Amino acid sequence: MAMKFVISVLSASHAPSTRRALRFAQATLAAGHEIVRVFFYQDGVLIASNNIVVAQDQQDIAKQWQTFIAEHKLDAVVCIAAALRRGVLDQAEAQRYQRDAVNLAGVYQLSGLGQLHDGLQQADRFISFGGE
Amino acid sequence: MIKSVLLISRQAPWAGLGAAEALDIALAAGAFDLPLSILFMDDGVLQLLDKQQPQTLEQKDLSANLQALPLFGIEQLYVAQHCLAQRGLDHRTLAVAAEVLDDSQIQQLIRQYDYVMTL
Repeated sequence: MAMKFVISVLSASHAPSTRRALRFAQATLAAGHEIVRVFFYQDGVLIASNNIVVAQDQQDIAKQWQTFIAEHKLDAVVCIAAALRRGVLDQAEAQRYQRDAVNLAGVYQLSGLGQLHDGLQQADRFISFGGE
Repeated sequence: MIKSVLLISRQAPWAGLGAAEALDIALAAGAFDLPLSILFMDDGVLQLLDKQQPQTLEQKDLSANLQALPLFGIEQLYVAQHCLAQRGLDHRTLAVAAEVLDDSQIQQLIRQYDYVMTL
């Protein structure tokens, strides 16, 4: 039976759990399930930065997340409060706080923790990567 | 049907953003009137201690936020007995009232919720 998943990602792009989260998400869709939302929180918001540069002999997991989200038109929400305090800003927030740089990659949206709870209410399954 | 969340908070109040960001998840659930309870485990039990002096570490005091949880509709706080015992703590000395659970009660608690999130 096809199920609806919410996936939360709590660690930065270089963390093993973030790679596992991506592989899990890919397997979820490959198995015919639906991903209602991916929610990035705590250091997971750093994955949404467009400024991550990885050495050529390393996997670029942040880039792979972007590609995966774009290919499947997933709803990818980054917690706005967690993002602001870690320097991940979209156009509106950079203007609001008068910062030079906009670094939120285009496939992501900044929004509140309400979006996590909203996703959970729509889902059948919830899995979180990178917590304590 | 409304889905419920058990949030397991495992980080010490001074160990970075973890404890505060876990609490924010609870407050957001309360704001939307969604059922959420918190279980404090491991160093997370230290969040409940009385007479903390976060200002000496140039930190904010989280305990006021914890005490505000009932105002947000988050009524059920639980704390793991074995995690208190490991740290030589007595539940009677906690600043925030939480129901003390042994390991089998924790197993039962986890089964009662639709989702479990650990931070």
